[in-house]
Parts: sequence; structure tokens; C-alpha cells
Amino acid sequence: MIPDLIQTFLTLDLFPILAAIFAALSCGLLGNFLVLRKQSLMGDAISHAVLPGLVGAFLITQSRSPGIMFAGAAISALITVVLVEVIKRLGKVEPGAAMGVVFSVLFALGVFMLENASARSVDLDADCVLHGNLQTLFWTTSPTEWNHFLSASIKDEVPRQLWTLLGTTLAVIIFITVFFKELRIASFDAGIATVQGINAGFMHMALMTFVAIAAVASFEAVGSILVIAMLICPAATARLLTDRLITQILVSAVIALLTAIGGYALASWMGVNAAGMMASTAGAILVVVMIGSPSHGIIAKARNQRKLGNLVALEDILGSLYRLAETDEHTTRDRLIATLGFTNRTTKAMDRALADNLVKLVGTHLQLTQSGLAHGAAIIRKHRQWEGYLVDEAGFSPDHVHDTAEKLEHLIDPDLPNQHTDPHGKPIPPK
Amino acid sequence: MSSTTRPAVYSPRSTLDARPEHSADSPVSIHAMTVAYARKPVLWDVDYDAPSNALIAIVGPNGAGKSTLIKACLGLIPRAAGTVEFWGQSYKHARSRIGYVPQRESVDWDFPVSALDVVCMGRYRKIGWCRPVSKSHKLAAMEALDRVGMADFAKRQISQLSGGQQQRVFLARALTQEAELYFMDEPFAGVDAATERAIIDVLRELRSNGKTVIVVHHDLQTVPEYFDHVLLLNMRIVASGPVSEVFTADNLQKTYGGRLTLLAEAAEAVARAAKGS
Repeated sequence: MIPDLIQTFLTLDLFPILAAIFAALSCGLLGNFLVLRKQSLMGDAISHAVLPGLVGAFLITQSRSPGIMFAGAAISALITVVLVEVIKRLGKVEPGAAMGVVFSVLFALGVFMLENASARSVDLDADCVLHGNLQTLFWTTSPTEWNHFLSASIKDEVPRQLWTLLGTTLAVIIFITVFFKELRIASFDAGIATVQGINAGFMHMALMTFVAIAAVASFEAVGSILVIAMLICPAATARLLTDRLITQILVSAVIALLTAIGGYALASWMGVNAAGMMASTAGAILVVVMIGSPSHGIIAKARNQRKLGNLVALEDILGSLYRLAETDEHTTRDRLIATLGFTNRTTKAMDRALADNLVKLVGTHLQLTQSGLAHGAAIIRKHRQWEGYLVDEAGFSPDHVHDTAEKLEHLIDPDLPNQHTDPHGKPIPPK
Repeated sequence: MSSTTRPAVYSPRSTLDARPEHSADSPVSIHAMTVAYARKPVLWDVDYDAPSNALIAIVGPNGAGKSTLIKACLGLIPRAAGTVEFWGQSYKHARSRIGYVPQRESVDWDFPVSALDVVCMGRYRKIGWCRPVSKSHKLAAMEALDRVGMADFAKRQISQLSGGQQQRVFLARALTQEAELYFMDEPFAGVDAATERAIIDVLRELRSNGKTVIVVHHDLQTVPEYFDHVLLLNMRIVASGPVSEVFTADNLQKTYGGRLTLLAEAAEAVARAAKGS
């Protein structure tokens, strides 16, 4: 006996959630290669431009069988590719503009055909194009007993769309797994791919064909908005979280899954359209990751920037004190802070230098400790080596190198063979 | 001539007789090649037989068609006319013996792959379609990285390498192809001194192993020091042959026309070449 709550879930939610998951996975996985090739717009174009083909195929045959729908979509996709080429050549416009023109016009044509068809009370709905018809995927004869799941009749109770989506998802997973290496090289470097005997043009066509299949299969269930969102968002999000392609693809799959389930749950809770909510969720996840990603996020970058700034301030203090020590001069804490530019950062760096025992106070005078002296010598060594390099190798005049060396000393060790003095005759501290 | 009309038994000699325009000994033999972009010719009626076991520089002003020459040989861009043969064979048959280093700017360095991944791409032909990169191929790739002094950077994502290091990764990828003829498009462009040394060491090592390397080169000063042969190009071939014979002020004048700064540079290079020989 299945409890009522679960039975309600089976009746109302199971098929829509599964459809959303399959659509999100198939589009999300393929999206990785579109995003990497900077061709996300192509997914956009294909998913829009198939509409007139779908409607046309339906109007001619009065059938919604997947084979006929796909044939219509394929013809549309082909026309799109040809039209984009023609407009690019005759109109002398960039590819993006050509794609934009073609897919918006074809999409408009599709909507127009759709409106005309529904005026003649044909069973097609313009709204469904944007949002899909997830909510109509009821399980009308949902089981009351658990063992029903094992019966043979269940095959016929699952809607046709779901089978199509399941097949598409499996096909996409197989395609990406089997051709992973080929897709990677063709996306990264078409020239080398071709030289290696992997025809980049062929891989491109294969990828576009799968994008078209995934778009068409997902279109009816989840609508064009979610198809586009899924072709771009999970992959773009995953890209911000890793620098490995395999990891990126796996992460994008997890994100697609979370988006489908999370978006559906939110939509049920708020009583809004599920596909729209999922697309919004995908966008929201992308924004959160853009801000919070540990490697590529805005926060992480700002934190690195601040760390570098603090390090520069500390190194400037140690360097200045080393220079003074060379000529047996002294300075006080406040005077040095004022010289280096009286900022919050310098003050904090000074406190840190004292706390870390790099610098100590002798009376009111600052003095480098043993470890502070070593740090300061290393900085000055880099600074003076850079000055030497800029004069000897890059042809700068000696009075123009200080500022550049001042920046480089914090970033890179020139690691030049031993020199003893800089262009101004000052000694370079030994390593 | 299609293969069906050939005599049942034929030697390289008879093939050569049928097509006297190509040299079967040359690693790359270009005959009457013309390449055009949008109906505007970029290369015009190029004939060239590369010597084997040599370092060859392609030199010429911007827009002379240097990269185009390489790409047209490799079939990466279509030829309007002419034929190219490698050791007397078509590109299709010789492909596994030919390596290629494209210009560094030709790829997206933000792509999520490591230096090792990129070098492994040089083995894809050996690995074959749809098979994963096995351990032995990864080892071969590591070896190539080591040869260019980049073994410590194998796991680095490629955007985190300097320009010179990226160039060395490209070079390692070509090495791991284990080819006999290499085309390199501006490998010395914008690299640091260490990379320049690493590249030239590798080029010399390749030559001592009997390979041929054809390099698009932009620095006239280093031509006499680095290369044995030179091909002076400006849409047509101005001159080609051993550096000591062909790399003359007169020929450079013909190649570069009235570009004075370049000519001064060239004159200096020629003078140094004369002093060296």
C-alpha cells in the first residue's frame, strides 16, 4: 500500500520532475562545449529556430509523434544554418548578428504559424513554446501498490515525451563519454585537431546535431526559455568552479540536477510556472557562484587583491628600514608610516611587523630584527637586480628604473646571476 | 593521375617521371600553389622544394603570406591552385609524419585544460578515435614537457603559464607527435630569453636527429645564427636556399621593398652573417 502523500507526488510531480531533470541534463551537458567554444548563441539560435519546423510538421501531418517532430525541427535547423551563412556573406555582417537575425525571424514565424493554428482550434499553444507543458504530465493511473512498479504495463503509462527525453539524455551522455577526447581537442584547437586527423568541422556538426536533438526533445516539455538557460547556465557556473574539463562537466551535471529539482520545488511552493522558476534558479546559482566561487569569484579575487596589498605594505616597510640600516640612519614608527603614505594599510602592516617580531622598537627608533633584516635584504636584492636588468637588458636609463623596480620587486624574483651593485652603484645584498 | 591508371608495378622512380614537378626526396614539395582569401590572392604561384634535415626560416613582411603558406600546406585553408607533396606522397598519406605548432594567439588560453592535457593532444593520432589517453601516452607527453623544461608545470592550467611557457607547451605537443617534418608558426614571437634558448636547443636537437623544421620567423637578426636555409616570401617566393647564399641585402631589399628601418636591421644581420662565415 502506498501512502496518500507519496501517491499524490507520483500522480502530480514525478513525471514533471523527471522530464525537467532529463531536459536539464541533456542540455546542460552539451552546453559545456558551447560555452567553451564561445558559441552559446548557437544553442540559442537552434532552440528558437526549430519552432517553425515543429509547427509546420504538425500542421502538415497532424501528428505529434517524435519522428515527425524531429524531422520538422531538423529541416528548420538546416535552413537556419544555410540562412546564417547567406546573410553573413551577402549582408557582410558578423556571425552573431546573422544568427540573431535568423533565429528571431524564424521564431517569430513559428509563433505566427502557431497563433494561426490555434485560431483554427488546433491543439497547439503559444504559451507552451516558452514555458513548456510540464504541469500536464500527470500520471493519471498512478499506482496504489508498490509492486505495480514491477508490472509490464508501466511502460505504457509513462508519457511518450519522457521516453524521448530519457533516450536523448542517454544518447548525449554516451556521445560526450565516447567522443570526450575528440570534443576537447576540436573545441580547444581546431587546427591541431585537423592535423591530428580529427576533423574539427565534423565534430562541430556532430555537436550541433546533438544540441538540436536535445533542444527538440526538451522543447515540448520545458519550453524554449529553460532550454536556453540550461544550454548556458550550468556550464558557465561549473566553469567558475574548476579548471579541469572533466570536473567541469560533472559539476555542470550536478548543477543541472539541482536546478531542475530545486526549481520545481520552489515553483510548487510558490505556485508559479515550473520551467520559468527553474530558469530563474539556474540564473540565481550562476550569480551566487560568480560572487562566491573560491577560485574565480569576485570575493576571492578581492581577498587576493587585499592580501597582495598587505604584503606590499609590509615589504615596503622592511625595505625602507633595510635602506636606512645600510647608512646607519634611524626613523620612528610615525615618521616611517608618514613617509610610506599614511594609510590604514601601512599602519596595519606596521603593527603586524612588530607583532611578528620582524621589527622592534629601541626607544622610539625602529630596528629590524634578525629575520626582519633577512626579509628586507631579499626585497632590496630583488629591487636592485630589477634595476640592473632594466638598464642592461631593456635599455632604460638608470634614473627611470626605480618606479618599475618598485612594483616588480613584490611580484617576481628576477633571479639573475650574481651581480654586486645596481646601476646606481648601491650594493646588491647576497642571497 | 588516379591510382587505377597506374601500372600494376610501379617504383617511386616511375611516379616521379609521371610528375616531374615534384621532388620525391623533399620532405615538402610545393608546386604552383596559389592561395586567395575572398578572391584576393595572398600567395601567388609558389614553387618550393624543402631540403631534408635542415632548419628552414620563412621570412617576409607582414601580410606576405608566411602563415598562409604553412596552413595551405597542411590543408587547413583551401588552395586555389597547385599541389603539395610530402616525400612524394599526398598530405593524407604523410600526415602522421608531420607536426605543427600554430601561433600562440590561435587558441583560447582560458580553456580548462592543464599543460599535460595540451601536450597529450599531440598523441591523439597515435591513440586513435574514441580511446582514452593511456598511461604510456601520458608518460611520453611528460617526457616532451621535460625536454622543453616544463615538467614542473604539467598540472598547471594553461592560463596560469607565461607566454613563453605556453609556447614551450605547444612545442612539447609537437615533439610528442614524433614527426619527421615540423611546421612552426612564429614560435619565437614574444617569448622570454629562456624560452628562446629552450626552443632553439630543441630545434637543433631535431636537426641532429635528421628532422626538418620549417619556421615562420620575424626576427631577421637571428636568421643567420639559427637557420641553415631561408625562404624569402612576399606573396611570391623572392629567393630560397642556404642562408649564406640567399640571405643578402639585395634579396631582402626585394622582399621588404622600401621599409627603411627593417632594411637597416637586415643590413646589420647580413653583415654579421658575412662576418660569421
